[in-house]
Formats: sequence, C-alpha cells, structure tokens
Amino acid sequence: MNTYGGRTRTMLNSYIFIAYQTIVIKEVRRFLRIWVQTLVPPVITIALYFVIFGNLIGSRIGRMGGYSYMEFIVPGLIMMAVINNAYANVVSSFFSQKFQKSIEELLVAPVPNYVILLGFVTGGVARGLCVGLIASVISLIFSGVHMYNIFITIIVVLLGSVVFSLGGFINAVYARNFDDISIIPTFVLTPLIYLGGVFYSVDTLPPLARSISQFNPIFYMVNAFRYGILGISDVSIELSMSLLTLLTVVMFTFSLRLLYTGKGLRN
Amino acid sequence: MIPAITIRDLHKTYANGFKALNGISLDVQQGDFFALLGANGAGKSTTIGIIATLVRKTAGSVEVFGQNVDTHVYETKLNLGVVPQEINFSLFEKVIDIVVTQGGYYGLPIKLAKERAEKYLRQLGLWEKHNQQARVLSGGMKRRLLIARALVHEPKLLILDEPTAGVDIELRRSTWEFLEAINKAGTTIILTTHYLEEAENLCRNIAMIDKGEIVVNTSMKQLLQTLNKELFVLDTYNHMTTAPILNDFSVKLVDENTLEVGLDKGQNLNEVFQLLSDKQISVKSMRNKSNRLEQLFVSLLHKPAEVVTTGAVQ
Repeated sequence: MNTYGGRTRTMLNSYIFIAYQTIVIKEVRRFLRIWVQTLVPPVITIALYFVIFGNLIGSRIGRMGGYSYMEFIVPGLIMMAVINNAYANVVSSFFSQKFQKSIEELLVAPVPNYVILLGFVTGGVARGLCVGLIASVISLIFSGVHMYNIFITIIVVLLGSVVFSLGGFINAVYARNFDDISIIPTFVLTPLIYLGGVFYSVDTLPPLARSISQFNPIFYMVNAFRYGILGISDVSIELSMSLLTLLTVVMFTFSLRLLYTGKGLRN
Repeated sequence: MIPAITIRDLHKTYANGFKALNGISLDVQQGDFFALLGANGAGKSTTIGIIATLVRKTAGSVEVFGQNVDTHVYETKLNLGVVPQEINFSLFEKVIDIVVTQGGYYGLPIKLAKERAEKYLRQLGLWEKHNQQARVLSGGMKRRLLIARALVHEPKLLILDEPTAGVDIELRRSTWEFLEAINKAGTTIILTTHYLEEAENLCRNIAMIDKGEIVVNTSMKQLLQTLNKELFVLDTYNHMTTAPILNDFSVKLVDENTLEVGLDKGQNLNEVFQLLSDKQISVKSMRNKSNRLEQLFVSLLHKPAEVVTTGAVQ
C-alpha cells in the first residue's frame, strides 16, 4: 500500500481537509478581525446607493423591466458588493502574505497547491457572501422581497464570487507592490461593474454600446443574478450560466498553473 | 543509516544570472547538529531554500531521509521544519494562532495542534504572551516564535537560518540549551549562523560555503585541530613600557598591563607562563583573543578553494 510519510491515502485526505479548513478559518478570522475595514465600508456604500439612486433619483426614472427602478437595481448592487469584496479579500490577503513572506508558512508545509487555492477562494467567497447578505438585509428596508428562482440565485452568487476571488488571486500573484493591487480594481473592475448593467437595462443603450456590453463578463453575472431575484434578464440565462461556468474553470486552471510554476512565490 | 540530508551536485543560477550554487554536495547524518557557515551571499540561504522547496534548483538532487524533494514532496515536507532568517509571520495574529495554524497546515487536528503549541511556547518561554499579537513581542521572542512554529509538527529535521541574529546573550544561551535538548532527543539540526561561537559550541560537524562551493566539510573537532595559531590576551599585575621577549613566542604590548601572545601549533602555553614568571611578570587573567572557529573561518574563506573533507561527505 502506498503511504505518505507513514500516512495512508485515507489519512492523507483527512489531513489535507484539515489544512484546507485551517486556511479558510485563517482567512475568515482575518476579515472579521478587521471588520471595520472589510464589512462596514461596503455596507455604507450600498446604503448610499439605495438612498441616492434608488430613492431620490430612482423615483423620477420610472419603471424598468416591469419593476420600480429601486427593485431593478437591488440585484445589481448586491452582486456588485459580492464580487468587489470577494476580489478585495483574496487580493489583499494573498498579496500581504506574499509581501511579508508569511506565505512561506504554507509553501513549506505539505499542502497541495489546489488546497491553497481553494482555501483562499473560499475565504473570498465567505467575505463576498457576508457582505452580500448584509446588503440584502439593507435592501429590504428600501424594497420588497423578491425571489424568482432561489437555485439560480445561489449558483450565480457562488460562481460570481468564485470567479472574482480567482481574479483577486491572479492579481495578487502578479503584483509586485501595493499599487499593483489597486490598479485592476480601479481601472478595470469598477468600469466593468458600472457598465455591466447594474444601474440600467442594456435595452436602453444605443446598438453599439449594447454590442460592447456583450464582452463584459459582469454583464452576464448581473443579469443572471437579476433573473434569479426578479425573473428578468437582458440576456439568455443559459448563456450567462454557461459563460460563468466556463470562466470559473478557465480561471481556476490558470491560477493553479501559477501556483505550480511558483510565479512570484518561489525563486 | 540513511542520511537526514543528501545533496548532490546542486546548482542554482538566479534569473539575473547570479550563480548562487556551483555544484555543492553534502551529507548530513541523522541525529547530527550540523553547522553550515559562509559569508553573506555565499549560498547558505539558497541551499536551505532549495531543501524547503522555496527556491527552485537549476540542477542536482536533494534527498530528505532518502526521499527526493521533487518526487516525494509530501513526505519530505512532513519531516522538515524550517526557521527562516527573516520574521515571516503576520504581526497582527496572536502568538498561539500562528503556531496552531501552522499545525493545521501539517494536518494536525485542532486539539493536538493546541497541545503542541502550548508545549513549545512554554519550553521557549513564550506562553505568557500566547494571547497577544505577535507585534508586541521583542526581537528575540519573535525568533523563538519562529522556532516554536517550525516544531509544532515535530519534524525529524530542523533547519535554522540564523536563529539568534540580533538576540541578546541571555536569550541566545537559553535558545542554545533548548536546541541542544531537542537534538539530544533525536532531532537532526542544521544551523547557519554568523555567531561562530554558537557553531563551535553546538555543532559536531561543519561545512563552509564560499561563492557557491563547499570549501570545508568535516567534523568540528578536526577542523579546530587544523588551526595553526592561537592568540591569547594576558592581563598582568605589572606595569610595562615594552613587550617582554619570550624566546620563539610572538608578544605584543596592548597597553601597560596587557600582553597579546601568539602560540603556533605545537607550542606550549605553560612555557609562556614559565618565561613570564622568570621575568617577574604575574598574570591576572587570560582569554582567547578571538573565537578559534572565527580565525579558521576568516583564513579559509580568504584563500583559493581547497576542499577540506573527511569521511563520507564530499
């Protein structure tokens, strides 16, 4: 029987699970320890969006897709909070550990690369879901309760946060200084989110802008999530789900490849 | 017995073209307390990095307890504990969490990880701080925390890269006692240090690296026997204006009460005392001018590569 340092395959799997659990606990503990920096700001931002765009300006915009403007933007704002925080958690945590070299604690230990990746991604997803949940609770103050398809809602929020956790991971691996971890969120992520249909339906855009939106992955996430909550979408739900799944697989494979090659981690 | 470490023809050239290792070969036997010495940039940390899989080698092989680090990643890592040169834990985490988390990475259930963490934090005098953030620890305590963290999975081989750098003498000595104790209990230890007194006191075998090559690989005892000259500083009760002439011994007047006497290999210190006594000079105290290993270190690393080896090591 093949043994791993005196451990059988079954024992090994249990040890690997403990390692995974340890990374997740560490990641969750980290963002809970600094909750003033991680949980409070997105909540305040979301509340302001609800008040200004939903309540003050939204009342003058009228209905969109058969719903009030406030109801229309709620799914997009929740999704925006989820993906922003999933991304921010992994990029800041992984880069900090790389910067202060505490990532070496993990690299010298017998933890498989896929477990390291899954651990960080789970941490990102946990923060994304935490903020998403708080944003959902706040939205109840401003808007009614809707749930068109809970299964799609959960799948989309999970896949969306996984994709952006992986994005944060890739950013952290390539980053060489703290500036590098703010460039992508500022110059790439924010424009994609704002142009991804959070605040409007692409039907309201001119044909060229509508076509350009088709290349924005966040457009599919926001619409799939809106479909799960309200049952309306600017794009086919099947296409959105397929693209999200494909993006998850491609980014996971790429991230794993980065860990195997030791890019930015091993000399 | 299978060596704890077997290194063969290890090469490392960094991306910028710097050749850090130039084909080193080395064996460290199980149970040994082994010193790996060399000047800054000689290749010590690169060697340790390759063993710990933090640095990718260009060529050669490394085995830990007979298992190749490339093909038996899990097993080799399980047997290995590494204390790095730099503090590399999160300063905002609690002391206990740093050690318990490391235990988790090695698959230790939480209860066992906590027990082990308490055991090693107590042994290293850190238990009183276990609930505090690591940033409040002194420099010496942070280094001891690195040791506790590296031991939580109780590895068979512990590699320490300058574990007492910047640590005050009291903490340094208690760290030495701790390391001696775990070595006696069976843990193989490889130590790099700039405190040559530390290597001389603790280690039984030694290798010196210079410009990526092993220039010395032998037992500490044999190496010290190759020392050709020792310098002693003698404090006397007399007031002198010139250095006394003592036959074949080289004598230098340091100040009016102090002499520096050089002894070549084979010369007898008793003869020095006899000659001084003949000249009515009374010695109050005596000490080595510098650490013996330090003298060898300086002389060996400043001459062309000439490998000093004994036994199976190359």
